[in-house]
Parts: sequence; C-alpha cells; structure tokens
Amino acid sequence: MQPIESFEVPAPSKVNYINAQYGLKSWLLTKDHKRIALLYLASITFFFFIGGIYALMIRLELLTPQGDFLQSTTYNKVFTQHGIIMVFFFLIPSIPATLGNFLIPMMIGAKDLAFPRINLLSWYVYLVGGLITIYALLAGGVDTGWTFYTPFSTTFSNSYVVATGLGIFINGFSSILTGLNFIVTIHTMRAPGMTWFRMPLFLWSHYATSLIMILGTPVIAITILLLAFERVAGVGIFDPELGGDPILFQHLFWFYSHPAVYIMVLPGMGVISELVANFSRKNIFGYSFVAFSSIAIAVFGFLVWGHHMFVTPQSVYAGMIFSFLSFAVAIPSAIKVFNWTATLYKSSISYDTPMLYALGFIGLFTIGGMTGLFLASLATDVHLSDTYFVVAHFHYIMVGGTLMAYMGGLHYWWPKITGRMYPEGWGRFSALVIFVGFNLTFLPQFIAGYLGMPRRYHAYPPEFQVFNVLSTAGASILGFGMLIPAIYFVWSMRYGRHAEPNPWHLPGLEWRTQSPPPTENFEVTPIVTWEAYEFAPPEETEVVGRFGPELERT
Amino acid sequence: MSEHIVSVRVYITIFLALLVGTALTVAAAFFDFPWRLNTIVALTIAVAKATLVVLYFMHVRYSARLVWVIVASALFWMGILFAFTFSDYFTRHWLSTGY
Amino acid sequence: MIESHATTQEVHGHRALQHHFENMEQQREAGTIGMWVFLVTEIMFFGGMFLAYALYRNMFPAAFASASNHLDITLGAVNTGVLILSSFTMAMAVYFTQVGKQRPQIIALVLTLILGLAFLGIKAVEYHEKYTDRLIPGHLIPGASFGPAVQEHDQPMDAHKLHLLPGATLKQVEMFYWIYFAMTGMHALHMIIGAGLLIFLIIWSMKGRFDPEYHGPVEVVGLYWHFVDIVWIFLFPLLYLLGRHFEH
Repeated sequence: MQPIESFEVPAPSKVNYINAQYGLKSWLLTKDHKRIALLYLASITFFFFIGGIYALMIRLELLTPQGDFLQSTTYNKVFTQHGIIMVFFFLIPSIPATLGNFLIPMMIGAKDLAFPRINLLSWYVYLVGGLITIYALLAGGVDTGWTFYTPFSTTFSNSYVVATGLGIFINGFSSILTGLNFIVTIHTMRAPGMTWFRMPLFLWSHYATSLIMILGTPVIAITILLLAFERVAGVGIFDPELGGDPILFQHLFWFYSHPAVYIMVLPGMGVISELVANFSRKNIFGYSFVAFSSIAIAVFGFLVWGHHMFVTPQSVYAGMIFSFLSFAVAIPSAIKVFNWTATLYKSSISYDTPMLYALGFIGLFTIGGMTGLFLASLATDVHLSDTYFVVAHFHYIMVGGTLMAYMGGLHYWWPKITGRMYPEGWGRFSALVIFVGFNLTFLPQFIAGYLGMPRRYHAYPPEFQVFNVLSTAGASILGFGMLIPAIYFVWSMRYGRHAEPNPWHLPGLEWRTQSPPPTENFEVTPIVTWEAYEFAPPEETEVVGRFGPELERT
Repeated sequence: MSEHIVSVRVYITIFLALLVGTALTVAAAFFDFPWRLNTIVALTIAVAKATLVVLYFMHVRYSARLVWVIVASALFWMGILFAFTFSDYFTRHWLSTGY
Repeated sequence: MIESHATTQEVHGHRALQHHFENMEQQREAGTIGMWVFLVTEIMFFGGMFLAYALYRNMFPAAFASASNHLDITLGAVNTGVLILSSFTMAMAVYFTQVGKQRPQIIALVLTLILGLAFLGIKAVEYHEKYTDRLIPGHLIPGASFGPAVQEHDQPMDAHKLHLLPGATLKQVEMFYWIYFAMTGMHALHMIIGAGLLIFLIIWSMKGRFDPEYHGPVEVVGLYWHFVDIVWIFLFPLLYLLGRHFEH
C-alpha cells in the first residue's frame, strides 16, 4: 500500500457537509448532492424494510403446502406489493440515487451535480410517489402482480390499481430526473484532465444506467397512464372487448421493464468494478471493454423484451429474434465477469467486507445470468415460464447482484459518507451470513421451479414442501444477516472510529478530500493527471522512492 | 464552442417553408395516390417540416456534435420500439395455429 | 471545454452564475444539453402513443379513416398555422435575447404566449364539437358516453353524423377517438405547461434578467416550445388527413 503522491490531503477541517448547517430545514431544502443522497438513503431503507416484511409474509405462508397463514386474495396482494415496493421504490433508486448521487460529482471533481434543484425535486417526487403507493397499500392493496397485466388490471381486479399506478407514474419522473442530471453532469462537469477514459468505471455504468432511465421510463409512464384511464373511463387500447390488444400492453410494459432490470444491475456492476480493482490493488483488466460493455448492455437491453412473452400469442418468429438477442446480451455481461476475474489473477487481494460482497456478487450474478439463458431459450422457457425457476433466477440478479453490490458499496464508501468506520469484524461476519442465507433461500427454488412449482400461488402440492422449508429457513438467515449491518451502521455513525480521508489508500478522486467531504467537495477544483485505478507497481515505487517518509527511512 | 446567432432572414424563410409544407400536406391528402402512398407522402412532408424546425429553430445545425447524437439516439430508440413491436404483429399470421 | 475551466478562474463571475459551475459557458451548455435530454424522454413518451396509433390504424384502416374524416380539417389546418407562427415568434424571442434587445424580446414572448393560447382556444372549440356529437370515448365525461349518430346512405349529408366506411365498426371508431383524445390532450397539456413557462419568461425579461451572456432559460423554453410544435406537425396529418382520399 503506497500513499498517494502528487496530491496533498487537506488538513482535517471541522466543517463538512454534515455539520455545515443544522436543523430540519437545512436538510429538507438542501441542494447539496451529498445530503440529498442521505435523504434517499433513509427513504429507500424505509421502503426496503416494508418490502422485506412482505417477503417475510410470503415465506411464512409457503412454509406449509396449505394456505393457512394468508388467504389466497391476501397472498396475491402480498406478493404484488413485495414486487412493487422492491422494484420501483428500492432496487431502481437504490445505488444510483444514494451512492451515485453522492459519488458522481466527487469522482469527476465537480462541486455538485449539474442541476442541484432538480436533484432535490427528484427526491420529493420519489417521496410523493412513494406516499401515494403506501396510501394504496393501506387503503386495500393491489393484487395484479407487479406487472399489471391487462385485461386483469383494467377490467377485473377490484384492488387499488389506479392509485398504485399513479404512485409508480410519479416515481418514474424521479428516475428520469436523476438520469438526466447524471448524463448532463458527466458530459459537462468533469474536472480538468478528467477525460472519459480516466473516469472510474462506476461512472460509465451510471452513464449507461441513466441512458436507460431516460429512454425507457417515459414509455412505462405513458403505458401506466393509459392503463389508469382505461380502468377509470372505460376507454381502451388494451381491452379486447373494445378491439384492443392486451399484448400491446405487455410490449410497452416490457420495453421499459426489461431494460429496468439493467437499471437495477448496471450500477451494481459499477460498484463491483470499483471494489474488484481497488481491493486487489490492480488496474482493472481491460478497462475499455468493461466501460463499453456497460453501454452495450444499455443498448442490447432494449432489444430483448419479448423474451418475457414467449408463452403469449406473440409471434413465434418475433420470439426467435428476441431469443437470439437475449443470448447476445449475455456477452457484455460475461465480458465484465471475465474481466473482474482476470483482474483478481495474481493481484494482492485484501478480504475486507466490501471485497467479500464483491466476490459474492461475481458468483451469484454468474448463476443468475446463466439461468437467464435457460429462460431465454424458446423451448425451455415453455416449461420454466411462471415457475419458481424464474423467481429464483431474477432474485439471483436482484438480490445476489444488486443488493450485494449495494451493501458492498455502502461499506466501501461508508467512511467517506459518514466520516466513521464500520466495525470490520461484524461486517465480515454479516457478509458471510447474508451470502449463506441468500443461497439457502433461492437455490432450492431453482429445483422446485424446475420440478414444476408455479409462482404466485399460496398453496402447493406437498412434494415441494422440503424446498420451501429450506427456502424459508434461508430467508430467516438472510433477514437476520441484513439486520446486523442495519444495527452497526447506525451504531458507527456515533461510536465508530474516525475515518481518515483515505482509509483504503486508493487513488480515486473521492478519496482525495476530507471525510466527510466539505460542502463543495474539494477546496480547489482538482486537476486530474492520472488514470483510473493507477496503482504504481511496487518495484517502480522503490526505485523512484515514492514511499511515504516513514517507509523511506527503513 | 461559441454561440451561433441565426439571422432573421433564415427564420423568416423557414417559417414560410413550414407554411408551404402545411398547405402542401393538406392538398396532398385529398389526392388519391396509387399504391396507398398517401401515408408515405404525408409522413415525408411531416418529417421534412420537423427537420426544418429542428435544424434552424432549434439550432441543431449549429450545435455541438453531442446534440446531434442525442437527437439521433432518440430517433433510434423510437425505431427500436416500433420495429420490434411490429416484428411481432406482422409475423403473427405466418404460422397460423388458430389463435 | 476543459481549457475553459482553467482559464476562467480569474474572470469575474456573472451575477446569474450558479456556485457549482465554473463559468457561464459551462452553465449554458449544461442547460441546453439538459433540455435536449429531457426532450428525448418526451419523444419516448409520445412514442408509446404513436406506436398504439400506428398499430391500430394498421388493424382498422376503414374505421380510422371514417373517424379521421369527421375531424374538422379547417380548424386543424388553421391551428397548425397558428402553432408554426408561434414557433417563429419564439425563435425571434431567442434571437432578440441573443442580440440583447429587451423590448422586441418581450413583444416576441408575449406574441408567442397569445398564439399558444389561441391554439388552445381553437382546440377547445374542436373538443366541444366532439362533445356535442357524442364522440368522447368511453365514459371519460360522466353522463356523456360514446354514441355518435351514424350517417345512413339514403339520408342527406349531415356534418354532425359519422359516416362509416365499409368495414368500419363503432367500437373501432371509439378506439380512434380515444387515441385522438389521448394524443391531442397530452399535446395540449404540454402547451399549457409551455404557456406557464412563457409567463415566467415574460416576467423575468421585463425585470431585465436576460442579456447576451445569460439567456439559458429563454433558449431552453424555446427548445421545449419547438418540440411541442413538432409533435403537432406529426399529429395533424396522422389524425386529420390520412383517409381523406377515401371520401373524395
């Protein structure tokens, strides 16, 4: 570990973005991207726990083959609301709105995002959308599945479809505004010397994510709006009775919602690129491949949505194209996985908590991605469609991928965000518990699904019970594992060890300012003269004598 | 990148061209083109008018390459939405299995 | 752009320069690109509806032609002219701001606002006609559900009756009118938002906020206004014109 030369860490100043101003108003009206990131952090954590409670109810119900804990109608609402809360209010904003918001300006050496007021607005929009959705849940809930398929959602469901739809519609604008802000910021706000190919890969993946946010989200917005009108006013372009085609809804829905999967996982990939390179102290293998694979995923992700509709009346020929392209989208993802693995090769890995999450991510994401290929094959999908295999597959991506990356990133940047260290021992322990719990939850679901257990039923044939018992046991472990960080993060904000500006000894720009950073991030606008992940090789540092003063004495 | 100021004369020319385009498209609508070309004619005129607005009123002709890329990508993604959805609807009847 | 960071540290900041930008150039660039990116989302937003239109027009050509022929082509054409003229005055407003002429700039903005409101007024007249002809789809307006009078072949022509071409059904006509109201309604909503933005611009420019160096807001609202114009440039032929030749 060599200290970073050519840059002086400013003397620890008492004033930082947290204590620069006090009072509720200073938080609710802040335009500082770092404070807005914390506002997001608090709100998405809240939604994560609501979604988690629904998950708990699902697992409890499925412990036994009979429907004894929940009625079938209640169960429909519970899995729908689990999906809606987790997808729209946790996973989609999770990494971009918290870590992305906090780090993007810092990583490019800017004082803030391009549009700070729009950034704050996006949080309020998120909040309004969230509150409307919570109102819908409290008023009676919604039972259509998170996919809102017509004509059930327009004609037959008796639940609060319109209110939930309105919440998601509004929330979509928050996503659009965030994406817009990121794109403009990365284009126009980079510090002198911060060229595109010196940017940390975290930024490339967020750029790609933002592309999907601005290109996809408007389509789901108009779709949900049309759906709501159809339900309220009896007009319809999705209603077969009026000559409409329900499959059109699925086309429009998945045009956004499949790329939305990449909104969830691409930022996670960005975090993992940071973690893998930085905790193995080695420049990432094939920087430009990893960078462009993010863009490729964003583009290809828009060409595959029909693979959600293989068992609908969608044309078989269109299905073939969609199937082929779904296989193609695995290529850029695989490039990333191979490059991360190649980065690890012959590097000096330190197994700190963030790295444990990163290693977990690589394995779990690979399983999730490979099982996706099973589902992308036309014939296999007929067997596996709407079974627990699908559920297991996307949870491996969403939880094993995004959530792991989110946790890893949160640990990694926690000292920068709060100025305090989290307890390393507990961190490693909980990472392990979460990994074990996760696999125990979802691995059996692959088998149950393959054997034919359908999703979205509250009762099932007794031969599937063993898998469900294992799954529920795993979910309890996973839930327990998630509670540990929740506790020690809060604890560390007050009692944690004070963090240095650069606790991991890394070259990135965000580590070249105090922890927590001042309101404008840097005392002076930095001038970037180094590449991303530029770890000087040890022999060179010895020759040039780049070690810090204490090491040079020896 | 200094700002380019479009002259008033250009604005007036474009404005008149747009009016002519509108008159043209109305006139063409009542004319029965062979091979159902009416749609093509109407869309061509609309695209031409839109292009004039984008290039001159919205200054894209004088803008940075990035703006070109943004406009092009929007059209590209619209193309994806249309092409792939229609790839379903246009090929459904090829294999008629009764649904 | 990168050079400008380094060189403008000493340059005196403009009063409208926000703290997180290095200079006015960067601020203006960010604003313009931001609006363009926003317009991309708008294109995709309308794109969903255009897709639905294209699909159903392709499925029900006769019904769409019948329904389309019932729209008032004169009002539609006049409205197109009004909107193009408003786009022109908006472009002039940007021009006068760029050259720093405050009075003509205010006049151009006010003209744009008036023309925008005129468009909405004409649109309202059209909507009202559809209301009296009972062409509002579904029960969008309670108590006035869809149910137009249909023109029979042996009756004299009546402008308030719907003339169904062979192969068209009322259900399909209703589909056309739902798409018509969804698209023009969404367009009108954008016009209303644009008019609100124009009012802000007029107030600010009367206060003398804008000058050749700082006119981002005028330019950005201009981009938005032209975009709304472009949407109409496509809506007009698609909704009003296609199908006319079947009748003549």
